[in-house]
Amino acid sequence: MNVTLQNLTKRFPARGKKGEDVVAVNAANIEIKDGELLGLLGPSGCGKSTVLNLICGLLAPSEGQILFGEDDVTELPPERRGIGLVFQNYALYPHLTVLQNILFPLENLKGEAKLTKEEMRERATRIAALVQIDGLMDRRPSELSGGQQQRVAIARALVKMPRVLLLDEPLSNLDARLRLQTREEIRRIQQETGITTIFVTHDQEEAMSISDRIVVMKSGVIQQIGQPQAIYDDPCNLFVAKFLGTPPINVFRGEVRENCLYIGEAAVLHLKDTPDRAVYVGIRPEGFVPDEAGALVCRQKGVEIMGRDVSVVATHEALEAPALRAIVSSDQKLSRKAEAVAFSLKPHKVFLFDRESEERVPFAVKEG
Amino acid sequence: MKRSEWKAWLYLLPALLFLAVFMLYPLVDVLIYSFEESYNSASQSYTGIGFYNYSYILRDPYFLQALKNTLILVFVTVPVSTALALLLSVALSSIKPLRRLFQTVYFLPYVTNTLAVGMVFMILFQKTPYTNGLVNLIIGLFGMSPVDFIDGPYAAKMLVLCIYTVWVVMPFKVLVLTGALASVREDYYSAARIDGTSRFRIFRKITLPMISPMLFYLVITGFIGAFKAYSDAVAIFGTDLNAAEMNTIVGYIYDRLYGDGGGYPSYASAAAIVLFLIVLTITAINLLIRRRKLQGGDAQ
Repeated sequence: MNVTLQNLTKRFPARGKKGEDVVAVNAANIEIKDGELLGLLGPSGCGKSTVLNLICGLLAPSEGQILFGEDDVTELPPERRGIGLVFQNYALYPHLTVLQNILFPLENLKGEAKLTKEEMRERATRIAALVQIDGLMDRRPSELSGGQQQRVAIARALVKMPRVLLLDEPLSNLDARLRLQTREEIRRIQQETGITTIFVTHDQEEAMSISDRIVVMKSGVIQQIGQPQAIYDDPCNLFVAKFLGTPPINVFRGEVRENCLYIGEAAVLHLKDTPDRAVYVGIRPEGFVPDEAGALVCRQKGVEIMGRDVSVVATHEALEAPALRAIVSSDQKLSRKAEAVAFSLKPHKVFLFDRESEERVPFAVKEG
Repeated sequence: MKRSEWKAWLYLLPALLFLAVFMLYPLVDVLIYSFEESYNSASQSYTGIGFYNYSYILRDPYFLQALKNTLILVFVTVPVSTALALLLSVALSSIKPLRRLFQTVYFLPYVTNTLAVGMVFMILFQKTPYTNGLVNLIIGLFGMSPVDFIDGPYAAKMLVLCIYTVWVVMPFKVLVLTGALASVREDYYSAARIDGTSRFRIFRKITLPMISPMLFYLVITGFIGAFKAYSDAVAIFGTDLNAAEMNTIVGYIYDRLYGDGGGYPSYASAAAIVLFLIVLTITAINLLIRRRKLQGGDAQ
């Protein structure tokens, strides 16, 4: 099922008499393809959960349309949209068993859709097998682990065969190890059912690892939509560049002068036809190459060996953060005691952003 | 005994001492009196030991009347007041404007003096040479003849007592239940809404089970409170409850101690023990039902 959000806007009335309305979502346009797993990503308060609540109908939009395929569902109440929602804290009914929880949505069906007892049981068993909780049907939620509760919640959302599956921060209540396992699980279930799925998260790693495409949001405004790798390699502004990637991107204050990129007084890159301006220079941790002849000289604070690669921690006066972190191959021989370290840069791992607007500034490197 | 344990008992000692002197000792004493025939508290003497006190009160028409009144009161007012309180709380929880005002209004009877409320009920129900009372006025509008609710037939008097009791115990129940309803997480309702659950089914399958611990608490304390009713009857019918056929067990105990038929601590003790046994049985049954309902899981 294609899901289309057109110019979707949600304003919450201001508290008190003065003050302006809070725009939680501002003119969002997203097109979600059939069978796609879409991650809505952003820091807390960016409006991603509001988008989810608008899609499922728990909130009504101030403006704009929501289409499921060709149907305009903007005015439909949640129960008639054909969606399954998995809540952040699962919202499993504590007084019902796993089976009763999964049956609950089916027992609500009326009229033609009404199922017999056997059909309901059959569907519940099938879905339980899909999420691999078939051995736990008589337990109560309080007797399950977080991961198992999560699966029950997914089963309950899927059992009525919704057109769209929505997940609100599906992994935030799980510990780190379970999180890895569960995100693969979500991916598997999504691929087996082929259901269009939208999930909300503030964890970029989570979004990058399982989404077909991600939507990065900030303060109610969509910043960028695209495949995880594409966004990582080609962020449209400083916010997106900073938000994606672990360790995070290193940001320097820099300047373009006479077709040359300066960080401090060091000319780190020679550019082609780029107008002079003050910029932020974002360099991915893997963009640094230790090079004794390199132009960027930093004060070395430490070297952390991680086996496969080595992480160099260093400082520089033009750096926005207290320290930078460069990831280099462990083949490089680095002295742990050295005072300074010099880097040359991989140009495709370097991004320039306007100092004022923080928008991306395109540039090309002069060959030779 | 470990040092820390010894300390814990030391801290508990003042409370235990008071409980022992003012709760445990009298309880045991009452049990002993109830088996001592014609016990006289002034001379500390009695004539024999046995079940005479029990057989006497169980044949005493005043006690049987009090028992009957108490049982009617308990089994009418507890279900009615709990159900009404539930209805009111659900209604209160589903409105936004004026909710605080209504909550305050419903809570007023709780902070009002029993006797003052009793006077209001007298004005509502009592027939005097000058007026038939407000309720009779309303009854008259429907073309029915006035009833004397205070000095009239037994059923009319019982009705007034029940209405009064329900009215008095309601505020606390509404308070507890609105609190319980507010503590049910919004997520459950959202989840149910998305699944297209009807309002009635949401109430029956989600709200009710979630607040059931509080409901059980209210029913149990309601039963115990109703069994101990006394002041309510006095507030409406005055102190001569036997003449009004409106006595309760606690009223009977008081009468046997200090009232017109007073000076019989043995009878009073036996009546108190009977009351204790009834309350104990009812509470035990309640707890059993509750345990069965919640079998295998908690309803938190």
